[in-house]
Amino acid sequence: MHEITMTVNGVPRTASAEARRLLSDFLRHDLGLTGTHVGCEHGVCGCCTVLLDGEPVRSCLMFAVTAAGHELTTVEGLGDAGGMSPVQRAFQECHGLQCGFCTPGFLCTVTAFLRENPRPGDDEVIEAVSGNLCRCTGYQNILKAVHRAAVLIAEEDAQ
Amino acid sequence: MSTALFGEPIARREDPRLITGQGRYLDDLGGGALEAAFVRSPHAHARITDIDVGGALEIEGLVAIYTWEDLPGRVGEPLPLLIPHPALTHGRTAYPLARDVVRHVGEPVVMVVARDRYLAEDAAERIRVTYEPLPPVVGIEDAARAERLVHDDVPGNAGAHLVQEVGDAPGAIASAPHVLEFRLDIERSASMPLEGRGVYARWDADDESLRVYSSTQTSTSVRMAIAAKLGLPPVKVEVIAPDVGGGFGVKIVHPWPEEVLVPWAARLLDREIKWTEDRREHFVSAAHERAQVHFVRVGFDDEGRLLGLDVRIQHDHGAYTPYGIIVPIITSTQLLGPYKPGAYRVEFTSLYTNTVIVTPYRGAGRPQGVFCMERTMDRIADELGIDRTAVRAANFVQPGEFPYDQGLVFQDGRPLIYDSGDYPEMLRRTKELIGWDEFGDRRAEAERQGRRIGIGLACYVEGTGVGPYEGGHVEIDSGGRVHVSTGLTSQGQGHQTVFAQITASELGVPIEDVTVTTGDTRRFAYAVGTFASRAAVMSGNAIALACRKVREKALRIAGEALEADPRDLEIVDGVVRVKGDAGSSIPLRTVAVLSNPLRYAFDEETRRATQFAVGGSADTPPLTGEPGLEGEDYYSPVRSTFACGMHAAIVETDPDTAEVCILRYTVLHDCGRLINPRIVEGQIHGGVAQGVGGALYERMVYDEAGQLLNASFMDFLMPYATEVPAIETGHMETPSPLNPLGIKGAGEAGVIPVSAVIAAAIEDAEGIRVSRMPISPSELFHLRLEAESGAAELTNRARSHPAPLRRAAGEAGVRE
Repeated sequence: MHEITMTVNGVPRTASAEARRLLSDFLRHDLGLTGTHVGCEHGVCGCCTVLLDGEPVRSCLMFAVTAAGHELTTVEGLGDAGGMSPVQRAFQECHGLQCGFCTPGFLCTVTAFLRENPRPGDDEVIEAVSGNLCRCTGYQNILKAVHRAAVLIAEEDAQ
Repeated sequence: MSTALFGEPIARREDPRLITGQGRYLDDLGGGALEAAFVRSPHAHARITDIDVGGALEIEGLVAIYTWEDLPGRVGEPLPLLIPHPALTHGRTAYPLARDVVRHVGEPVVMVVARDRYLAEDAAERIRVTYEPLPPVVGIEDAARAERLVHDDVPGNAGAHLVQEVGDAPGAIASAPHVLEFRLDIERSASMPLEGRGVYARWDADDESLRVYSSTQTSTSVRMAIAAKLGLPPVKVEVIAPDVGGGFGVKIVHPWPEEVLVPWAARLLDREIKWTEDRREHFVSAAHERAQVHFVRVGFDDEGRLLGLDVRIQHDHGAYTPYGIIVPIITSTQLLGPYKPGAYRVEFTSLYTNTVIVTPYRGAGRPQGVFCMERTMDRIADELGIDRTAVRAANFVQPGEFPYDQGLVFQDGRPLIYDSGDYPEMLRRTKELIGWDEFGDRRAEAERQGRRIGIGLACYVEGTGVGPYEGGHVEIDSGGRVHVSTGLTSQGQGHQTVFAQITASELGVPIEDVTVTTGDTRRFAYAVGTFASRAAVMSGNAIALACRKVREKALRIAGEALEADPRDLEIVDGVVRVKGDAGSSIPLRTVAVLSNPLRYAFDEETRRATQFAVGGSADTPPLTGEPGLEGEDYYSPVRSTFACGMHAAIVETDPDTAEVCILRYTVLHDCGRLINPRIVEGQIHGGVAQGVGGALYERMVYDEAGQLLNASFMDFLMPYATEVPAIETGHMETPSPLNPLGIKGAGEAGVIPVSAVIAAAIEDAEGIRVSRMPISPSELFHLRLEAESGAAELTNRARSHPAPLRRAAGEAGVRE
């Protein structure tokens, strides 16, 4: 067993886990942050995407011990003091989710993407979310939500 | 704040929770519970000769290991056959853990319980099961040949055989001026929700009661099944469907082996136990659908009118038949679509194979039926050299002909009678939306650029909202909050929003005051489940009826308080008031207090209802009817309501790579009155995406040994955003006359005609007949080669316009 410490959503967190413990399981079951979901456990569906030092990673393809000492952001940490983040608000506004299981992965992916590329074109948006599977929405409203989020972020930045 | 919300595209009320990571899916529950893992068969067909658990016993954290021999009484009996049918003469279901023989890869053999899933899998890995392999039966043709049997006591591998007939189809075809005969194939796919199955059970030894959470589409029925299996009174079993990460049909099957075993072991061990399905397990031990072969004979006149249609279907139902023969029954009946078939004969044989069970996946047999009928329409048009839409128009049931009786028995055991629709108008609008009549110009322009494009269209009619019933309960509490519950479950359809919209509209209360609970047997014990596009129709109407009861009661009590005739009262924003006299009013929360005559007060509000505070006659009892401002009602339809739609697509096929690109995809859809257009549209989008998957990408690839070769998301190709085209939608609203709200179901619609549409468009682009779906670039490429060699058939249109269509096929052949 290893004592593993990482900063999750701005808070230092410590728990003990075996070396083989997946980061996804560590977040969900050792730290109780069940917003991160596991859809395939082989890195294809993207449900488990979290931000590691700001970059999207598949938490099912990483051991918790390797994330020790890093900064993680999960869906629970995307919002700010004012509530939901612009990306989160855009997903609701645009009906960008149905069952909601894949949504945390999309939200993390899109949050990082719009930081890199605040005013993306259509093709860039499609490309950005093309590593995340959704079985409910047919992606139409997810793409709309990404564009909408870009607008909301720009509005916030302008204020 | 609005209360007139029926029909408004409001944002979903469940979203803030799900968007912030506050959803509660099955595996989010039961922190600290023991976890189960299963040893599953690696063979498609084998006899178990020995199970040696010795190696597992030293795993630290191991709690229990069970094989079939450990299962007592009804727990060890075969799982129930959920939907018996007289034609299902040889129905067979699995044991929860295999007894002697395994019949598909993935069948559970041993259950392991340990401190956590990692340890349970460690133990499972060390259990040695010795098998004597038996020859497997894989695929429809193998099953039909019946040289080997899946079940020794099922001759011919045939579980069921059913014929339905209206008129004399063989006779009508024999005397028809034109006759065509052909075969059509659809391969296996699966629902594949992103959350797999899962069960979490807690036994309360003091109360001798069981609480089970399951990622299910029917918590009420899981409850009855568990109670029956464990010998518990149903009142001692609670089943809750928490947030469910998609279902699409697969989670309507129940009880799964795990839904029996996990609660049983939880009670036996008096410990909380959870099992969460992993992705590979979902591929090999949940359920698939779609695989069918269809042999079509059709006779028609010079205008393309059907005179006789004779369809023989071979259905692959996998190793067991827990869900009966619903899928081929739906294909048989829904195949007819918006058309009058003349005489119709349909016959299916449902066959056992050594593969995962087959149960409904969104669309449930309809995509295959629509593929059959629409490919038939296209063939007729090609044979006669007339426009494909003209053939369809010649066969439509006309708007004046409703209710229209197709003369068959539908999946609910009721007559197949269409309630309403306007198919000619829908076709007109569909052609307009896709630009059907202008497509010739577009094609010519593309050909000049060396591009190959094609257009296709398909129509469907979908029986939705099947019975037998659903119920709703509505309660207004003394805080003015409105609690709505219904027994069926939610998997992302937005029930918490649409049922609240119905409630707000019916009661005249702010939607902010309404909360909706679904799939929790503690709140509502009677229900059927969420399938067959039935939730809005069934529970929506039941909730509306319950609201009307509550409203009537509220007006009666308010009338007494305001000394007014209830007929002169209205409810606006949660306040009952005398029409035209805003000063004379009483909030619903106060009406709720008054509805429950009290002896004891516990706050200021309730003082008003105590025995020395209320007035009224001394000669009448204080309570009229039942206490509480609440009501319950049920909706049970005489039969299904029939939604319809027409999809069209323009595709481009790459002359070199044979890649198919969908340039445009349009949907025209009629599900009666819309409760929330945004949610309906979302349902259509998702359905079309699954349809695109089924048309171009998704298939279960079994080898001859019955191994599923692509049991992962790396190899089973579901569409990402890059594979789904922009979907253009339009709505028509033909109300259903069968239910108070005039609604029809919408959940499955999007997926139903997609394979038919894409096949038609590819065929139109290529000039080569497309008779099997899905179709990959490799298959299309080989189809081109076969067309060159004469092994694949060209369309008449291609034969008469050979140049642009066939040139590239020849080039491809040269390259090969």
